[in-house]
Amino acid sequence: MSELGHPRLAQKFASDTKRMHWHDKALWFVREKRDVQTHSLDEWEELRECADKIKTHTLENLAFYLEEFERNTRENGIEVHWAKDADEHNKIVLDILQKHDASKLVKSKSMLTEECHLNPFLEKNGIEVVDTDLGERIVQLRHEAPSHIVLPAIHLKKEDVGKTFEEFLHTQKDNSDPTYLTRAAREHLREKFLGSDASLTGVNFAISETGGIVVCTNEGNADLGASLPKLHIACMGIEKIIPRLEDLAIFTRVLARSATGQPVTTYTTHYHEPQRDGEMHIVIVDNGRSKILANKKYLKSLQCIRCGACINTCPIYRRSGGYSYGYTIPGPIGSTLGASHDIKRNFTLPFACSLCASCTNVCPVKVDLHEQLYLHRQDVVDLGLLDKKKLQALKIATFFMQHPLLMDIGGKIARVVMPLLPRSIVYSKYNIWGKNRELPKFPKNSFKELYKKRKR
Amino acid sequence: MNSKETILANIKNANRPNITKLPNIDILHVEYEDKDEKFSQTLKSVGGVASWLENDSSIEEFIEKNYDDLGLIGTNLDLNITHIKPNDIDDPHALKDIDLAIIKGEFAVAENGAVWVKESDNTNRAIYFIAKKLLIIIEKNNIVNTMHEAYKKIKFEKSGFGLFISGPSKTADIEQALVIGAHGAMECRVLFV
Ligand code: SF4
Repeated sequence: MSELGHPRLAQKFASDTKRMHWHDKALWFVREKRDVQTHSLDEWEELRECADKIKTHTLENLAFYLEEFERNTRENGIEVHWAKDADEHNKIVLDILQKHDASKLVKSKSMLTEECHLNPFLEKNGIEVVDTDLGERIVQLRHEAPSHIVLPAIHLKKEDVGKTFEEFLHTQKDNSDPTYLTRAAREHLREKFLGSDASLTGVNFAISETGGIVVCTNEGNADLGASLPKLHIACMGIEKIIPRLEDLAIFTRVLARSATGQPVTTYTTHYHEPQRDGEMHIVIVDNGRSKILANKKYLKSLQCIRCGACINTCPIYRRSGGYSYGYTIPGPIGSTLGASHDIKRNFTLPFACSLCASCTNVCPVKVDLHEQLYLHRQDVVDLGLLDKKKLQALKIATFFMQHPLLMDIGGKIARVVMPLLPRSIVYSKYNIWGKNRELPKFPKNSFKELYKKRKR
Repeated sequence: MNSKETILANIKNANRPNITKLPNIDILHVEYEDKDEKFSQTLKSVGGVASWLENDSSIEEFIEKNYDDLGLIGTNLDLNITHIKPNDIDDPHALKDIDLAIIKGEFAVAENGAVWVKESDNTNRAIYFIAKKLLIIIEKNNIVNTMHEAYKKIKFEKSGFGLFISGPSKTADIEQALVIGAHGAMECRVLFV
């Protein structure tokens, strides 16, 4: 998919203009809900400051905290496994399941397991995997990937969901009422929960000091899963660690407010021991993260708590959809992580950005998103990965920037000539920029000329 | 080297300077004049209901008044109504038909409508999520302003499982339309006694 790169995939999404605007609005609605929540707290900026410092400190001392976490979790009767990459992670999970003769797994949302492509691997090995988050179940039934990290089915209209449920859950024909469909999913998934042999959840926060994990959900799916079957596996990236229990005060205050504009998630569940007669396993995964840790430029992307706020606010994401990125995580955070993981494959992603910096402004842990994307662009050019046309255009721009006199003359000519040209030439098929967009009116004078006049 | 050693070695080789101190997170935070009122409002905004038991009334009376055609009740509390005790049941699957779970909350949080639940003696976690309706009982005046105050009260010494519950379970995964009642409780009431 990514061979096409972001521009081509985005074009596909944007070709349905009505749907694109609908998608744009749906996400902006979430962004606005976030604003209401964050503006209601005078201490919002201070919370971000604290969150940033806690994460920065943790990344500076990550080995120490991981070892402390492992020690304390073991003391709590939880088993810990380490996986250096996706393959090892998948094998560990399969191995635990097989040891327990478990063939039916209920899963709650975990972007890490998406990243590792755990589902297809387990299915190949005879395990039935059911995603239990409603949005994830919808896309799973449709054989799609989540198009957003918090709102997996945000690209779908209720009619699409209705059709899918009609086919798989035998709901009424043409009934696309969200409440009706949600109830149908509740019943369908209740059966799956009750019939499962094991559950797998992600981890929102792993507390080093107390040796436990916290999982946040609104639906209660992770929670129900982890309390019915006796076996619970939780998978986490090495960056999920926080040092102290009290640090959760900061993170629980910013996470849901940033994510969906709720004051907190419905369930914030703390696991510090297996359930009665049960077993709990935690798999700690690197899969390229320590490589990012070693790169000063992109290090802060490991602070991300996966709230999705940067995605909701991104003007490019809103108009190009999650699939246009061709990477597990879309939007600004996905673009920088994708480029860090594999720049050759994902070299178009740093350009899926207007450098408006809205992402950086909303990020609750202060990841320097737009700055990272800007730096990735330079890496792309240095590695010679840039598309020839774009490179040519940049070279021309550089030349003019370095020759102010030519720039002035060029500007003058453009101001006179452009308004005289017929639309068919200005908005010809070579002007990709002009699709769905109008050029502003050309002013008579340049800024420089106006400035000089004022000074006089 | 095994994977753990490899990962830790890679992290150490990344060579992060050790300069940032853990911040003091005791920052100034909102305080509400009327915490009961704020909690009640916030819980309502997330789909729940807060009630206060009148002085001369009992929990049993409250239940009778507020719930009609009640089916199976599950609670570990000593209440004078017909119920099953989740603690007496070995297999959590057997709790699947519970209509109303009555549980004990430690304290409520005004800023977000959450209640901290940590029943050290409860041996069946599923009760919190499997019941159709949830009734959480808390002692009056046990409300803190924010999560800062909340986490000061939380410890994991005696038992390892605890959670905040803020209203009934919900989802907005279909076209951003909020639907109350996803996988957990479809109704959530907090009763101060
Ligand atoms: S980078 Fe920041 S805003 Fe984006 S998902 Fe991560 S924490 Fe949220």
